[in-house]
Amino acid sequence: MSGGIYALISVGLALIFGVVGLVNFAHGEFLMLAMYIAYWIYNKGGLDPYQSLPVNLIVMAVIGFLIFKLIMERVLDSDHSIQMLLTLALSMVLQNVALILWKADYRSIRIPMTNSSTNMGFLTLNTPRLLAFVIAIGASVLLYLYLQKTFTGAAMRAISQNGKAAQLMGINIKKTYMLAFVIGTVLVGLAGLLLSPIYPAFPLVGANFSTLAFIVVVLGGLSSVPGAIIGGLVIGVIESFAGYFAGAAYQQAAYFLLFILVLVFKPNGLFGKKA
Amino acid sequence: MLRLSNINSYYGEVQVLRDLSLEVNKGEVITVIGANAAGKSTMLSCISRTVTSFTGEIEFEGERIDLLRPDQVVERGLIQIPEGRLLFPKLTVRENLELGAYNKRSRAGRKEGLEYVYSFLPKLKEREGQMAGSLSGGEAQMCAIGRGLMANPILLMFDEPSLGLAPIVVLEIMELIKNIQKEGVTVLLVEQNVRQSLKLADRAYVIENGRILLEGTGTELLNSDQVKKAYLGI
Ligand SMILES: Nc1ncnc2c1ncn2[C@@H]1O[C@H](COP(=O)(O)OP(=O)(O)O)[C@@H](O)[C@H]1O
Ligand SMILES: [Mg+2]
Repeated sequence: MSGGIYALISVGLALIFGVVGLVNFAHGEFLMLAMYIAYWIYNKGGLDPYQSLPVNLIVMAVIGFLIFKLIMERVLDSDHSIQMLLTLALSMVLQNVALILWKADYRSIRIPMTNSSTNMGFLTLNTPRLLAFVIAIGASVLLYLYLQKTFTGAAMRAISQNGKAAQLMGINIKKTYMLAFVIGTVLVGLAGLLLSPIYPAFPLVGANFSTLAFIVVVLGGLSSVPGAIIGGLVIGVIESFAGYFAGAAYQQAAYFLLFILVLVFKPNGLFGKKA
Repeated sequence: MLRLSNINSYYGEVQVLRDLSLEVNKGEVITVIGANAAGKSTMLSCISRTVTSFTGEIEFEGERIDLLRPDQVVERGLIQIPEGRLLFPKLTVRENLELGAYNKRSRAGRKEGLEYVYSFLPKLKEREGQMAGSLSGGEAQMCAIGRGLMANPILLMFDEPSLGLAPIVVLEIMELIKNIQKEGVTVLLVEQNVRQSLKLADRAYVIENGRILLEGTGTELLNSDQVKKAYLGI
């Protein structure tokens, strides 16, 4: 069931890498922020994460916009190594801001739904987990359709294939970069929000998930959104099987093993073509 | 319609264009010929503003455009078909063409634009569902030209459209450019295929080491000793 969330985190990362060309090491920190926002609204205002969804996503969009305008836009033409150092630094800053503001404690949201389950005939599933899976996959597929079916989506694919030609088409590159960055940020925020009823918020929570998302994105072929969706699901399945048959301790080992095997035998990702 | 005045351009410390001035009038086909690395593509990139490190003035339809963004230049109907086509390989031919009409001026009319381009280049209609990356050289150049036409150009700039094509296809492309002029589009053609492109030209310039060396009508330059010796090998 976690596969859906992994997919949703990863499609945003893949989109930002594919369109903007940024390796965003701070991606997981946006997940962390959305979890804290959900927690904070629940604690102060009594709204559960689903009720606060619109507000949360709008705040994430604003955060994404500001970070793009104030920080990312300045390094768009810089070296990849400079960009990576910057996003890495941003990730550390955000982790430490969280540590100062909210301490290192685990903050969990215990809404009535947390322990409820949904009977689906032959199997019974924990309701927030089911919701997280369905919404996450739904949002990931929506992103895919947006890229395939809309004119702006076509412009994003065009930029990722040839930036100079895209400019000659009259595509406003910076504006499109900004849009892709904001969409990626909102999607990872949605993932955080969906996680918040089932997973505690803490300053390093994003780091755990973003490591996973990087593996997924590499498996999926770096800038491929459908690849990231399938990669996320694959990792989710492997994780649960490894957990079930070999014990929780082997979960991470299992997907790192897959990661290494893929890098050795299919370096362009599971679905990538030869370079 | 288009006027470049005293353009000096630089890549880092290296100067490429040197005090280059040039003029294109409405309805003309202007050809610019020059050897490899003379600065032809750089000149077009300055006009399109994908290269910004230059001094001097560029005027289009009476207004300065040398401080605009690339998309704003496109918005004015000043369209470039770049060297090497630069199609989007993993998009279909149709998607490539439609993106040509991305600018606000042509966006709403892109359905009619597509029909117009297909009537002009029927081969593209047969290929519309195919990935642009799978086209042959000649087809890819047609697709790039179609994509340029989709933008509803007032002035269309071609950067070496004959590059890498068989002689018979080159003739086809030159014919096509002639027809585009007849449709009322002004043309700025950059070429190394001197003979064919000068035949087409109302006026032409020879550019060497980033400087304008010669200027004249197409026929004058075809018959000039300098051009004969340096570019036609006669
Ligand atoms: N992006 C760039 N960075 C540095 N030098 C460049 C760049 N593009 C072109 N040049 C150099 O500028 C000169 C002119 O190139 P170009 O305008 O492509 O010539 P042409 O189109 O006439 O062949 C060449 O010496 C080329 O190496
Ligand atoms: Mg060139």
